[in-house]
Amino acid sequence: MIDNIIPDVVADLSVFEKRVNEVRETLLANLVMLSEIPAPTFNERERVEFLLEKFTESELQNTSTDEAGNALGLLPGTEGDENILLVSHLDTLYSEKIDHSVSVEANKITGAGIGHNAVGLATLSVLPLLLEKLDVKLKSNLILMGSAQSLGKGSIAGIRFFLSNTKYPIKAGICIDGVKLGKICHSSVGMMRFEITYNLPEDYDWKRFGTIGAIPTLSEIVTQIQKIPIPSKPRTTIILGSMECGTAYNTIPTEGILRFEIRSESEEMVNDLRYRIQNIVAEVSSIYGIDISLKIIAQRKPGGIPFSHPLTNCTRNMLKHVGIKSWIQPDTSELSAFSDKNIPAITVGMTTGVRKDKIYEQIQIDPITKGLGQLIGLILSIDRGVCDES
Amino acid sequence: MNPDLWLKNNTFHHSEFADLKALVKEKEKKNLKISLCIPTLNEEKTIGKEIVIFKSELMTRNPLLDEIAVIDSGSVDRTLETAASFGADVYLASDILPDLEQKRGKGENLWKAIYQLNGDIIVYIDADIKNIHPRFVYGLVAPLIYKDEVKYVKAFYDRPLAFSDGIRPSGGGRVTEILIRPLFSLFYPELTPVIQPLSGEYAVKRDVLEKIPFPIGYGVETSHLLDVYKKWGLEAFAQTDLDQRVHRNQPTRDLGKMAFGILQAFLKRAETHGLLELKDQYAHVLRQYQAHNNSYESIEIHIREEERPPMIKIPEYRKKYNIKEDKKEK
Repeated sequence: MIDNIIPDVVADLSVFEKRVNEVRETLLANLVMLSEIPAPTFNERERVEFLLEKFTESELQNTSTDEAGNALGLLPGTEGDENILLVSHLDTLYSEKIDHSVSVEANKITGAGIGHNAVGLATLSVLPLLLEKLDVKLKSNLILMGSAQSLGKGSIAGIRFFLSNTKYPIKAGICIDGVKLGKICHSSVGMMRFEITYNLPEDYDWKRFGTIGAIPTLSEIVTQIQKIPIPSKPRTTIILGSMECGTAYNTIPTEGILRFEIRSESEEMVNDLRYRIQNIVAEVSSIYGIDISLKIIAQRKPGGIPFSHPLTNCTRNMLKHVGIKSWIQPDTSELSAFSDKNIPAITVGMTTGVRKDKIYEQIQIDPITKGLGQLIGLILSIDRGVCDES
Repeated sequence: MNPDLWLKNNTFHHSEFADLKALVKEKEKKNLKISLCIPTLNEEKTIGKEIVIFKSELMTRNPLLDEIAVIDSGSVDRTLETAASFGADVYLASDILPDLEQKRGKGENLWKAIYQLNGDIIVYIDADIKNIHPRFVYGLVAPLIYKDEVKYVKAFYDRPLAFSDGIRPSGGGRVTEILIRPLFSLFYPELTPVIQPLSGEYAVKRDVLEKIPFPIGYGVETSHLLDVYKKWGLEAFAQTDLDQRVHRNQPTRDLGKMAFGILQAFLKRAETHGLLELKDQYAHVLRQYQAHNNSYESIEIHIREEERPPMIKIPEYRKKYNIKEDKKEK
């Protein structure tokens, strides 16, 4: 069983750590520089240029961007018959306007988007150099990809475009997340992401019953959504993410947006909840005679590989080998693009951290070595055919 | 040299030197060693990033720097541990030339770097830069590498746009515009094209550094400009636009102290150059005022801008660098 075999280069962790230390400076410098490049979704160009420069320096082949704005490079394998895709998303939650400077202390780095997902991108940027230091020659081609248009309205468009258009058949994929080391995402849950937009017409008749602006109306919709019974099986949840409306104490807001997400292990359940919420919106809209629209921003089908899949087992074994306790977590990111194409894939974290998705996000430096150990072990196991055992 | 001509010929933008492979090749051809000195005092929040970036980009990937050294005035935070953990050489200023009388100040650290570091060129970078980038080093050393006649390169910057809390949207050039530029315009008009005479980042050839005195406090940058100008002329200078420098601005009251120290260094030189006659007839006490309800009280701050002599006059330095007596500055 290949999924139980620890590859030689990571077998002795103290030796592996020495090799990682040889690329540590480059990794940290790339991490800092990447993190300080703003990259809100749909505006990842500068990070693409940075990553492509690193890929070119590492003498990867086919370093290029594509129509979706992904950053791509290929490390040719000795045989090159198969292709392993490593992907980490380029975009962040933050606009260009916020302070992107990071602070580096002895074992921690603090800054917006440092863990989500500059660590993942920095890992990609240094991986060819690390493989060279480890004297690892893969049989398969390794395709490294910084994926664009991943978050929010991006709806993982970058990876979807690549997987739909690439001429390189992908044998397996690894999605690299910055935090948190130990997580294993082997299945993606079904997801639909919505925006409800409230717009009061300029000529609205204010004498109509009960209408006092966007806040109570959207709140009414929230109340109705919360009354929908949510089953424990299949596991399902509705995440009410954000509501924007209003500008002052004494001005009735005429516009508002409610953003929320349905997640479920069952596609039918996602669709059922979607119809229920559509009805709620239509009802509230008709009662008040106001234009309220419901728009699907992003969606994913549930899928992935089973818990018992050799790739999942292999990931657990690699984490155990590097001394990290693993846990299973469902995913709504790039993983679902792989499962849509029936490509076995896994999402892993690289280090530990706190305050994820806050401006002062912080990651620890030292655990990255273990994260890299897990990652190299996984790549080698896939190269040796762990996914062929399924 | 005509100042306008100097401004045209000796003003650069860092992007002109972004080809680091070519720069390193030229450095190696000329057999130059380059040392980076970062003077510090309680800079644990920013020093780590500077070391990480410079070491990776300018030592490992492109061997432009031969050493990166932090010279510290006695930080009580983790400045030295952090810098060392990322691979910088760290020194306490008081441990360098320990037999000399101890003094404290940024200029003292810069002066002691001449003894401690081995480069033919020393580049000084402040530790409080939030948007650190390799250009801060290569933009300053490149004119020294490519142009033999250039001996001293100063940085200048666009001022930062609005960033986040605690950082002002503009300013930072207040002492320059209110004090230095009027003084230069009055007494040294040839130096007015130096766009930011007080910038804390500069690169200098050793044969210049070892021959100029160092005020240990606020006056070090001003005195350098005047001393190098008098000894080697305007053509020895160049300046490089490094685009933007994000750092924390100082309160106006602190700028008053800075201006007071700078003025002392300036007046001393203006007198030496025969432009003024003061005979040291000025006080070394700065008086600032604060209000308590309806009464006002004076705060007296003693600032005496002490100076270190040219390093070449220090016997330990001559011994370390095997400099014969006849080469010594008189």
